[in-house]
Amino acid sequence: MSQTTIGSAVARVDGFDKLTGRARYAADFHPEGMAHAYGVYSTISRGRIVSIDTSIADGMPGVIEIFHHDNFPTLHRSPASFPEENMVDELRTPFEDDVVHYAGQFVALVVADTFEHARDAAYRVKASYDADSAAANLAQGLEGGVTEANRTERGDADSAFDSAEVKVDATYTTPVETHNPMEMHATTARWANGKLIVHESTQGVIFARNTLAKNFDLDPSQIEVHADYIGSGFGGKLWLWPHSLATCAVARELGRPVQFMLPRQNMFTTSGHRPETSQHIQLGAKTDGTLTSIIHDSINSTSSINTFVEACGGSTSSLYASDALRVSHATAQVARGTPTPMRAPGAGVGLFALESAMDELAIALDMDPLELRRQNFTATDPSDGKPWSSNHMLECYDRAAERFGWADRNPQVGSMRDGDWLIGQGVAACNWDAMRNPCDARVTLRPDGSATVHCATQDIGTGTYTIIAQTAADTLGIDIGRIHVAIGDSTFPHGQISGGSWATASILPAIVGACKAAADKLVEYAANDGAPMAGADTDDLLFEAGVVKNGRGDQATPADILEPQKLAHAIGDFHSDGSPEDGYAYGSFGVNFVEIGWNPNTAQLKVRRVVSSIDAGAIMNDATARSQVEGAIVMGLGAAMFEATEYDERTGRPVNNNYAEYLVPVNADMPELDVILLNHPDYHLNELGARGIGEIGLTGVQAAVANAVYHATGKRIRDLPITLDKIMDETA
Amino acid sequence: MRQFDYKRATDTDGAIQAHAGQAAAYLAGGTTLIDLVKLDVMQPERMVDVNRLALSNIEDADDGRLRIGATVRNTALAYDDRVKRDYTVLSEALLQGASRQLRNRATTAGNVMQRVRCSYFRDGISPCNKREPGTGCSAIEGVNREVFAVLGTSEHCIAVHPSDMCVAMAAIGATVEVQGPNGTREIAFGDFHKMPGNTPHIEHELAEDELITHVTLDAPIEDAGSTYVKLRDRSSYQFALASCAAIVALDGDVIREVRLALGGVGTKPWRCSQAEEQLVGAAANEENFAQAARLAMQDATPYKHNAYKIPLARKAITQALKDATARAGNGGSI
Repeated sequence: MSQTTIGSAVARVDGFDKLTGRARYAADFHPEGMAHAYGVYSTISRGRIVSIDTSIADGMPGVIEIFHHDNFPTLHRSPASFPEENMVDELRTPFEDDVVHYAGQFVALVVADTFEHARDAAYRVKASYDADSAAANLAQGLEGGVTEANRTERGDADSAFDSAEVKVDATYTTPVETHNPMEMHATTARWANGKLIVHESTQGVIFARNTLAKNFDLDPSQIEVHADYIGSGFGGKLWLWPHSLATCAVARELGRPVQFMLPRQNMFTTSGHRPETSQHIQLGAKTDGTLTSIIHDSINSTSSINTFVEACGGSTSSLYASDALRVSHATAQVARGTPTPMRAPGAGVGLFALESAMDELAIALDMDPLELRRQNFTATDPSDGKPWSSNHMLECYDRAAERFGWADRNPQVGSMRDGDWLIGQGVAACNWDAMRNPCDARVTLRPDGSATVHCATQDIGTGTYTIIAQTAADTLGIDIGRIHVAIGDSTFPHGQISGGSWATASILPAIVGACKAAADKLVEYAANDGAPMAGADTDDLLFEAGVVKNGRGDQATPADILEPQKLAHAIGDFHSDGSPEDGYAYGSFGVNFVEIGWNPNTAQLKVRRVVSSIDAGAIMNDATARSQVEGAIVMGLGAAMFEATEYDERTGRPVNNNYAEYLVPVNADMPELDVILLNHPDYHLNELGARGIGEIGLTGVQAAVANAVYHATGKRIRDLPITLDKIMDETA
Repeated sequence: MRQFDYKRATDTDGAIQAHAGQAAAYLAGGTTLIDLVKLDVMQPERMVDVNRLALSNIEDADDGRLRIGATVRNTALAYDDRVKRDYTVLSEALLQGASRQLRNRATTAGNVMQRVRCSYFRDGISPCNKREPGTGCSAIEGVNREVFAVLGTSEHCIAVHPSDMCVAMAAIGATVEVQGPNGTREIAFGDFHKMPGNTPHIEHELAEDELITHVTLDAPIEDAGSTYVKLRDRSSYQFALASCAAIVALDGDVIREVRLALGGVGTKPWRCSQAEEQLVGAAANEENFAQAARLAMQDATPYKHNAYKIPLARKAITQALKDATARAGNGGSI
């Protein structure tokens, strides 16, 4: 395969449409006769609905129908099967009974001729409840009991810890974080001739289609899910939420298209969140720093609707060598909606705990924290003994440390200053899975020399359109401007979700295969009777740079081949497999170095610099890959310093449910981000050597900040976010 | 959003007339009003658009004062040359408020009339004495870390007045000019906003039938230095956790004149008169600044999650006094 554009910073092929407003998102579709739906949400966090009074709302202007549990059409539950690709996290279907499981649950849905009329009427629907008490946070949930989900053990971790020469024993806690993509959830649904056609802001058109097929007892072929553009999802749009099902159901019931947009405040209740966690870490080591025991016991909040396990210890069993280890996960029920994956689920919060504890261990050992990590590096995955397919963690450490100037760091707490500012420098490892899943693609070559790639995946803003175009351009040897990428449509060949950092590694091999198959088909046509190379042995023909060539210097364009035969195109289909079972362990690796400043006079905490080095296989596009890592670091800094969904303990309702009070980083908070992409191909995983890059940059960022804060102030903050009131000396 | 009438006024008399006799609201930048109407927290039956009134000028007034029209946008005010030169504290406060997009819309009078950010007020369902008098205050025992006060609170309401601009104006000293059906009157800026007391739903001195037409700033203090220190979790687009507007004029190393006002901690823009009195005639040094800070916060009442605001406000005061002093002309250095 020629390598002309892969790896380089090719500008986003969808950039022009996005910047000019041509890109249409789920709520930009307005089928004729479309009505608008708006929700009424529970104000209690647990109990039963006694009555829904719609008497005022029914008579409001534009109201078409008001649905609730007494009059809602019956839907079927999805089995919530990941292997069958019909996953949901809220198992119950909307309005299936009168039970309230969390504040902000749908209790009614108003459909009206305009959005404003629907909202206006929704405010006038009066629900009354019989409320029960319920756990409003994880601390209260623990009182109701803890359910262990799973555990992994090597050796006897408890006795190894007890007999360790140096120990760290600490508990780390993280708050609920809410996905806040710029584009809110939206569904535009219509039914036509027994088919359901949905424009959905989703990270998985295939999963959405399959789930709706279960809900409506339809064959998947009777459903089209479209997601041309998505204003990101961060995991919150992997699976469908109640509003999507409800919108499709009322569109069928009313016999007209219906659109629903989930208001920002209800994205804090009915579309998932990263759960609250409490993580107990125990590390035992020899005085030389060799780890002898790693224990990571975590508990996360889940709902009464479904058990969601945040895999906090997912990285812990593989990241460092230790003969003795225990990783366990447990849940406790809290009266909130069901949590769902949020960018870097598991390791995103898990490495805050582990990598903070590693820093605490380094201090206990009086050892450089980077050296401690180097010393416990493992060249095989200790969880299964397999060698890593490609692991350049030590190079990450070396290169980022050099760029950061780690050797100049004075380890003494509070020893580094810049004017009024105390300077702190911290380090933490990053880690994420590397895998691929089965994927199909189709490539169509046309007489005009263009090629269309079809795949039922989607681009959530990460650059998927662009790297597909690059891959096709390079494989076919034609200009990227002649590649048309068609994704975001469930009727296309089976594609992958945009999640888990596996889209790139899964999709691109299918694209390469389909390009080659299409080229083979054109070669075959070229040798047909009446074709330019009639009678040639196809083994002697070659598709190169967009034309078919023989050994004698002749060449034929697609037009030369297809037009005389009155053929429209040459099509190639390809199926690529999931992760190879080849005896290797797969992962991506990296490190974040963070420098913070703390001004004790003004209680200001600022991140001054971040240097990251990431080993995520071959880089497909230097610009979009870098954006992924930088964006993940920004999100990690947000988790470190700002993000927390706050709930009222008495009502269970989130109180900071808007962009003004739910704090994510703004530009003014952002330091210079210096990202080193190692770009070492992992050819065991696929022929492009690509892994994935969406999540790894976030992992460990919070710990690097916490470790830097300790270095500056001597304050060990084990509860996120690290806000000024937790660092300040004075309390009143 | 309920149905409402919309009237565009072209002069102040017409605006006041259009507003009279019904549940009406003046629409200027709309950055508070539209937000709260969408949330169904404010339910005006009529909106009177005042954006076309001839109130968008900043003009020199008598005695060296500066007269700001009601519809002057925050951005225009912040970048006005006279404001930047003579009222640095106001320019800085404006530019640390909200976001650029909001500042481009928000107006001077609208900012004076800004509603609280209390989540229990904004949710439309929690007990709230401001929204539904007599129902109780949900914030006192609720989540109250950020936009809740420690000064001027009552058992009926603890919401902070969220404006940054108003804190600077409270320090500068100003007059609010209002017009009603029977003519105009002036209200001292310090008297305009009310503490909640037993009536948190009554937020200001403006009568139902009156319209703010101008805010006139007191003449600048000669040779003074001024600044606005705003402390918060993130660096932009967040309401103050604690902020301080300080204006300092020196006579050698001694403070000749000083103005201090606080944001983020008070139920109204909070002028610190007692601390000012103590500072006048005192040496401009850190010890005296810290003592003034302690005095300013001595009557503060902490709530469940906001006790940190008391030391944080002291830091804001001390830092603001230091920075304003460094900018003051005619003085020594501290």
